[in-house]
Amino acid sequence: MILIHLTPWDLTLASVLVLLLAAMSWRLRLGVERRILIAATRSAVQLMLVGFVLKFLFAQTSLPLIALMMLVMLSAAGFEVMQRQKRRYRGLWGYGIGAFSMFLSSFTVTLLALTVIIGVEPWYQPQYLIPLLGMLLGNAMSGVAIALDSLTRQAWESRGKIEARLLAGGTWEESIEDIRRESLRAGLIPIVNAMGTAGLVSLPGMMTGQILAGSPPLEAAKYQLLIMFLISAGTGLGSVAAVWLGSRRLFDDRQRLRLDRLAEADGRH
Amino acid sequence: MAGLRLDAIGHRLLAPVNLTLAAGELVFLSGPSGSGKSLLLRAVADLDPNAGEVWLGDAARSAMTPPYWRRRVGLLPAESFWWAESVGEHFPVTKTASASAPPPIVGWLAQLGFDPDVLNWSIARLSTGERQRLALVRLLSQEPEALLLDEATANLDPAGRERVETLVETYRRNARCAVLWVSHDPGQRRRLGGRSYVIRDGRLEPES
Repeated sequence: MILIHLTPWDLTLASVLVLLLAAMSWRLRLGVERRILIAATRSAVQLMLVGFVLKFLFAQTSLPLIALMMLVMLSAAGFEVMQRQKRRYRGLWGYGIGAFSMFLSSFTVTLLALTVIIGVEPWYQPQYLIPLLGMLLGNAMSGVAIALDSLTRQAWESRGKIEARLLAGGTWEESIEDIRRESLRAGLIPIVNAMGTAGLVSLPGMMTGQILAGSPPLEAAKYQLLIMFLISAGTGLGSVAAVWLGSRRLFDDRQRLRLDRLAEADGRH
Repeated sequence: MAGLRLDAIGHRLLAPVNLTLAAGELVFLSGPSGSGKSLLLRAVADLDPNAGEVWLGDAARSAMTPPYWRRRVGLLPAESFWWAESVGEHFPVTKTASASAPPPIVGWLAQLGFDPDVLNWSIARLSTGERQRLALVRLLSQEPEALLLDEATANLDPAGRERVETLVETYRRNARCAVLWVSHDPGQRRRLGGRSYVIRDGRLEPES
């Protein structure tokens, strides 16, 4: 395996391109130059930091430290899901539904992959666990965020229809089944599309990385395929859990639609 | 059939209400808009959180599953909502075929001036008035034992209003069904008779 090491000079050259982009934004008065520079700086700092953290973790292989890292990743993902909701659930539920669904799906699928499919020894070897969990969490995060947002938005807009079904003697599950189905579909479409076009339009990010780092293309393709299957399972499981928990929370024990459990619309969306 | 008894039903705009309707009795309810009339009906149907208990005959609401309660104590909201594509899909028994529609539904449709074929119509085709009249037939097809009507004739012309009044009266007599009717129309209250209550300053009072 030939791994060409990148020097700071190489990265500086690449960053000049970003500076040029910022300059262009300023020249054309697009007004995004500040955001470009901040985002670029953030990514540089975050990725270097993660690099250091992973280097440290890989050297230790200590379960408590790895567990801590997993917790940090999960809480960041939970926060991101909450941020993307137009109407959040009030109280802890706003954070909890998303975070719990991702925990359930990503952690089980990662565990399954590590123990049964890849067969790493010990199962928590961080070189495998952290990147796998990251990929799964990142994708489950998008799916869960879209599905939950669609669920609460539609429930809010269809209040009359939902209550009409309740008044007609329907159970809470019957009265929201259409909306549930729509929301799940919305959450799953991105990953299904990604699977359908993988390799045709662009090489998926992980495969690209492996090839650049010197892996044989066929090995990289096999790993990418494994990851894609895991990701779709994880995203699906996470979205199902989030939509089920979320829709249950919209009704109380007397099967009333409780839109007061959602907060006011967030103005930024 | 059974009477309807509201036992200290209250919500945030209204002091607890005690009200007893005998089986087959018609009671009118009026009051300024925003006084909480619709909220009272929603509370009885258990659609909003509320305090108190409602009895249908000697069966308590809290002892029944909510879907069963809402089928037996039918609420007709002021604005009707439809969740499926065609009219017929909203009816519990019949799906689309008008020939197989059970006689009562066909009879009710005819009383409101509809052909049985209306069951095949798409919801998007209906006018507001048609939706309101069909919503009543949809509600009656659940065979409710008590009716809560919220402005059941608000969007109708005089002829349509009369048809709806006649249908409700027929159903009330035949099924000995208690009817609690929110109406702004003093003429309607006079025409149909029965006790009248008004909500003033968050309290339910007999209309003088």
